Amino acid sequence: MSVSVSVQEADFDTGAEIAALSAGQPEVGAVASFVGLVRDTSEGSDVSAMTLEHYPGMTEQALEDIVAEAMQRWTLHGVRVIHRFGPLLPGDQIVFVGVAGAHRGESFEACAFIMDYLKTRAPFWKHEETPEGGRWVDARESDESAAKRWSEGWDDIEQRR
Amino acid sequence: MKVKVLYFASLREAVGCASEDLDVPAEVHTLGALRAFLAARGEGWEALGVGRNVRAALNQQMSGAEAALAAGDEVAFFPPVTGG
Repeated sequence: MSVSVSVQEADFDTGAEIAALSAGQPEVGAVASFVGLVRDTSEGSDVSAMTLEHYPGMTEQALEDIVAEAMQRWTLHGVRVIHRFGPLLPGDQIVFVGVAGAHRGESFEACAFIMDYLKTRAPFWKHEETPEGGRWVDARESDESAAKRWSEGWDDIEQRR
Repeated sequence: MKVKVLYFASLREAVGCASEDLDVPAEVHTLGALRAFLAARGEGWEALGVGRNVRAALNQQMSGAEAALAAGDEVAFFPPVTGG
């Protein structure tokens, strides 16, 4: 089983990452993946470029903690998380999450869980260039509620036991 | 008590500082107290003030205002994260 997290400036090869998640593991029946990209518009403005700042050291630890939590909640055969930092352009890949499991249910759920937690817990900040000048992207309330749905669901399950 | 304090993103720009080694006054024992102490520094530092949307980490773990400080700690203040 392969579990790994990378925080890097370089781009990544989605096909190769997906293939690696099941390579040599015939028990894997479902690989779910998510790729986040830089959009060319934001809050009604054109975006010409973006820079991602992060907190070296904490970033890697936060992503590893999120993956470890996913491994506790679901039976998984592999997890890969890649998050880029530095200067990016519209269309560029920002983040990859890939999850290998026996069946689609746990793979889909774990992939969504990792993304939802990453959005609210991993120390990255987006700065975008628009015709009105540079600006920091504001956190969205919808990201907080997306992350919360997992803890509420988890509490419900715990209470039923 | 000496601690290292880091600032990120819009907060780094507001306070005009990315990191500093700080000798914390004796009465400052928690993350929240450190934030209030820094917010009182004047121009730019009000970005850390009451009502501002600020997150904090203590030794690279997300932490709340009640978290206790110890000598040699690494503290970070930053806006809500926007990765992914």
